Amino acid sequence: MIGQILIDGITSGAMIGLGAIGLTLTYGLLRFANFAHGEFATWGAYLAMLGAGAFGGAAPIGALTFGWPLVVALMVAMALTALLALALDAALFRRLRRHGNAIVLVIASFGASLALRSAIEFAFGPEPYYYTTDIAMTLRLAPGLRATADQLVVLAAALVLMLAMHVLLTRTPLGRAMRAVSENPDLARLAGIDPARIVRATWAIGGALAAAAGVFLGVTVQLRPSMGFELLLPLFAAAILGGVGSVPGAMLGGLVIGIAEAAAVPLAGAQYRAAVAFVVLLAMLLVRPRGLFGGRE
Amino acid sequence: MTRLELRGLVAGYEPGLPIVRGVDLSLAGGEILVLLGPNGAGKSTLAKALAGLVPVAAGTITLDGASLLDVPAHARIRHGLGFVPQTHNIFAALSVAENLAVAAAILPRAARTSRIGAMLAMFPDLAAARRRAAGLLSGGQRQMLAIARALIASPAVLALDEPSAGLSPKLVAMVLAKLREIAVGGVAVLLVEQNARAALAVADRAVILVEGRVAHEGAGAALLDDPHVAALYLGGRAA
Ligand SMILES: Nc1ncnc2c1ncn2[C@@H]1O[C@H](COP(=O)(O)OP(=O)(O)O)[C@@H](O)[C@H]1O
Ligand SMILES: [Mg+2]
Repeated sequence: MIGQILIDGITSGAMIGLGAIGLTLTYGLLRFANFAHGEFATWGAYLAMLGAGAFGGAAPIGALTFGWPLVVALMVAMALTALLALALDAALFRRLRRHGNAIVLVIASFGASLALRSAIEFAFGPEPYYYTTDIAMTLRLAPGLRATADQLVVLAAALVLMLAMHVLLTRTPLGRAMRAVSENPDLARLAGIDPARIVRATWAIGGALAAAAGVFLGVTVQLRPSMGFELLLPLFAAAILGGVGSVPGAMLGGLVIGIAEAAAVPLAGAQYRAAVAFVVLLAMLLVRPRGLFGGRE
Repeated sequence: MTRLELRGLVAGYEPGLPIVRGVDLSLAGGEILVLLGPNGAGKSTLAKALAGLVPVAAGTITLDGASLLDVPAHARIRHGLGFVPQTHNIFAALSVAENLAVAAAILPRAARTSRIGAMLAMFPDLAAARRRAAGLLSGGQRQMLAIARALIASPAVLALDEPSAGLSPKLVAMVLAKLREIAVGGVAVLLVEQNARAALAVADRAVILVEGRVAHEGAGAALLDDPHVAALYLGGRAA
């Protein structure tokens, strides 16, 4: 049973971690909690559904429930959601950063979240969608240890994206510049970095990763207009658990939250699953407010 | 030859509240100009205005004859102006090598490795600590890294805000000796200092700023010997 909890928890935790990366990055850079971040996941999931429909009904790959159209649609959805995040910043947050304070930004992000969610609900209605009507085949990995092929592929893809993000941040000039601006924007400017460029890159990356998390959630669960909003609490819990601003922290925080949620189901019952992120978040804030990896306030 | 020139510079944090109130300065290549003055005189504000971090209300800043006023802060290093701020002058979460790589990113790709190598050769302490997080460096090593970071793009003018603050006398002497070495290489050095005596010893010229204006100006040694100046503005340390 422990093995099963780990498989389920790590799979959903990897998606939470992906979404939390963007949240922690925008917080680290702009010092505000973006409550619209979950909607990037929703938009990504629905955009991928449109894309997969447009690219046609190819046969599923192997034991998966989806075919190449969804893989291509995932990439298109990531790119479009990156643009959505950039547009949201240009139209809303950038203006407010110039004049307003952090509270104004947070409230604006609440408004943006509501607008983005309503747009999806208006376009697609409140009922859930699935990328496919095929039943996911369950694989027996070991006695008492089962996972669908979809789950394993999603887990692998999420881990690859996290690894890519880690390599970007530690091995590339863009990643180093992002870390530099996040720590000290003035010193970064003295070193020749244009913070506006880094802010744009961060929105694009955060939006794209959230979109991927949304698509993965759509593959393993379902699509609903509120899917991203409901992801928001686990995302915040993961980001705070890992130390706000820390990307490895967000990834690890996501895994911890995912596993804790999966463990809560047999222990406390499925109805308490949603409360887990909140409890972990609260415990963390009491014990170590800076988070596991957090160095600064 | 004059490289950096300030004329009638007025700068401050809030509109209508000038901190720097009409400063004229000029600085030639190979020269060290020390900027002294009591706490709150506006030395750091002047240096930050030069770097583009504080708005300029009036006056001009020219580097090699070209105005810097319309150049955003992040582009000033490309125009040949390097600045080492007084505090938080390294990226603590990045390694020493990453600090240098961040600053080298504005150079052509082919030049980056050789410039990083040149900095590590100039500051052997950093070479030994290149993989270490910069936040774990000693005070002296931090200042060396901050200077190397500003110097990596070969600026024509290097401005430093109290690079010797908090260092032991031995390390102060070492930092100042490095600055002399840098000036000998042709760089114009603008050095804001509290350690008046040590700084004047390496200075070609010195300016004393009081309440945002130049109160005294002269050769370093002459200022040290003027008992009036020493008592009033150098905190008695040079008396
Ligand atoms: N960030 C800031 N915002 C507003 N006022 C400031 C700021 N920094 C410094 N000042 C004010 O500017 C004046 C000059 O400060 P500063 O340039 O730091 O002096 P110095 O470096 O000569 O000690 C002081 O009165 C100080 O209170
Ligand atoms: Mg100062």
